[in-house]
Amino acid sequence: MSSTAAAAELAVQAKQAALYRSEGYWAGVWKRLRRDPVTIACSLILLAMLIVIVFAPLFAPHDPYQGSMIRRLRPIGTENYPLGTDELGRDMLSRLIYGGRLSWFMGILPVALAFVIGTTLGVTAGFVGGKVNMLIMRVTDVFYAFPSVLLAVAISGALGAGILNAILALTLVFIPPIIRVAESVTTGVRNLDFVDAARASGASAFTIVRVHVLGNVLGPIFIYATSLISVCMILASGLSFLGLGTRPPEPEWGLMLNTLRTAIYVQPWVAVLPGACIFVTSICFNLVSDGLRQAMDVKG
Amino acid sequence: MFFYLVRRVLYAIPIALAVGFVCFMLVQIAPGDPINAIVPPDAPQEVVEQVRRDYGLDQPLPVQFGLWLLKVVQGDLGRSLATGRPVWSDLSSAIGNTLTLAAAASLIGFVFGCVLGGLAGTFRGSLIDRLAVTSAVAGVSVPHYWLGMVLVVIFSVQMNALPAMGAGPGGSADWAWDWEHLQHLILPAVTLSVIPMGIVTRTVRGIVAEIMNQEFVTALRGKGLTSWGVFLHVVKNAAPNVIAVMGLQLGYLMGGSILVETVFSWPGTGLLLNSAIFQRDLPVLQGTILVLAMFFVALNLVVDLVQTALDPRIKRA
Repeated sequence: MSSTAAAAELAVQAKQAALYRSEGYWAGVWKRLRRDPVTIACSLILLAMLIVIVFAPLFAPHDPYQGSMIRRLRPIGTENYPLGTDELGRDMLSRLIYGGRLSWFMGILPVALAFVIGTTLGVTAGFVGGKVNMLIMRVTDVFYAFPSVLLAVAISGALGAGILNAILALTLVFIPPIIRVAESVTTGVRNLDFVDAARASGASAFTIVRVHVLGNVLGPIFIYATSLISVCMILASGLSFLGLGTRPPEPEWGLMLNTLRTAIYVQPWVAVLPGACIFVTSICFNLVSDGLRQAMDVKG
Repeated sequence: MFFYLVRRVLYAIPIALAVGFVCFMLVQIAPGDPINAIVPPDAPQEVVEQVRRDYGLDQPLPVQFGLWLLKVVQGDLGRSLATGRPVWSDLSSAIGNTLTLAAAASLIGFVFGCVLGGLAGTFRGSLIDRLAVTSAVAGVSVPHYWLGMVLVVIFSVQMNALPAMGAGPGGSADWAWDWEHLQHLILPAVTLSVIPMGIVTRTVRGIVAEIMNQEFVTALRGKGLTSWGVFLHVVKNAAPNVIAVMGLQLGYLMGGSILVETVFSWPGTGLLLNSAIFQRDLPVLQGTILVLAMFFVALNLVVDLVQTALDPRIKRA
């Protein structure tokens, strides 16, 4: 009697286990994301923007470089120029579409580079520990002693204007915070039992890092990196706004904002359009990053 | 506490040295021979060699760093290439203006952030909570240089209510505490305040919500304490972390005001940096960044010490 009850109990447990197993981690993440309308909406906005800027020639009604002295600074709603024209008579809509290419590129690439370099250094520091950790983390501390805007301006100011210099400066700005996050999560994982078990069963350090550590730390580091994209975009456009990033006549939102600054007394609402683009993109990246953090259940 | 203080101050010294080294290296990574940053390009060769020796630029890099450091600790940041004046003379007045702006912005951000975050943390899930969360995200996502332009469009161009440029009537760079000057401060300070406001709102909301969930608050309520009394307990527990966040924000604003200062032509360190970058005036660039970074290092130290004094449980190595 009791044995049949125990068997039934086991069967129920097995069923439940199967139920739990059927829903993997990513399925859970996806399920939580689907219930989050803000994240979905922001992702769709970003996706739409990405499509428009990648296929810019299909969407832009005019040549973004072609100016005309007779139609400078037209207001929003002008025929043929729905968003008006800039200080050299170039179509604003076309320039905003093409400008997104560089703004996105300079917002994402430095974070991506910093993610690769920072994760490598941070995981190394966290996993190896000891003197290596000391060295990497103390150097990181030094860069932490600079406010990020100041560091970006200092490096690109010393190197001189240019896209490459700006990207280099921004990458250097974002490496230290990523190292810190990577180091702290790796230190947390390193002391867990399954890492000891892997070591006891003879796995090499490289295998442990590749199989056991990276799988557990990449998620939180990635989430943290996505939250930096918005900051990076604002900073990159800010450098261009100061004349340190992109150079004219290249369309880029920050640079457009700079060259249109003198026009705020003539066509104020045309002049602030590029900034609105930066704002929308950056807020969407921030909200998507927050949504991902919650869906992936990453703390901190 | 005393030993902690000593250890923390000792720990700040190598950081300050390393920060100095990074600033020193700024001139080294700049394209071209650093000597070109000192002598005009048409100087004869003998003069160039003479200056090279005088400045110690023929010495190895570590020796150069030592010589440079020796001058810096004596308050000699070199001379501006553009004006020929000592860097410090331009910098000292600019720092005062930047500090005024950053302090005003911190104050606005701190007050609004605390009120909004406190209300949001107390009434989780309410309308005000959603408002606070939204404005916090907007505050950290907005390109503040753009917000400055929008405020200028609204309040200067359209309403003609507030001045758009400078720190005083007639473009004077000297600050005074009267209405003439204060109205110049309003727009840049509000613009700069959105970032700390967003961050303080987020921090205060998180901390207050966490404290409200703790058992001692329930116990206080159970003892029959008024909500005002409970509020005081929450403030006391939240203060150390909030003050730390705010202190660091002041430092970020000091270093990060360059964009806002450019928008409003505010005669501070940002404007100084901006003109130094365009004139390739490396001594001014280096000196300004060094002083701002040192200010940030010192502020970090003070924040840590104040935080530890308020809450001895927090001790950083």
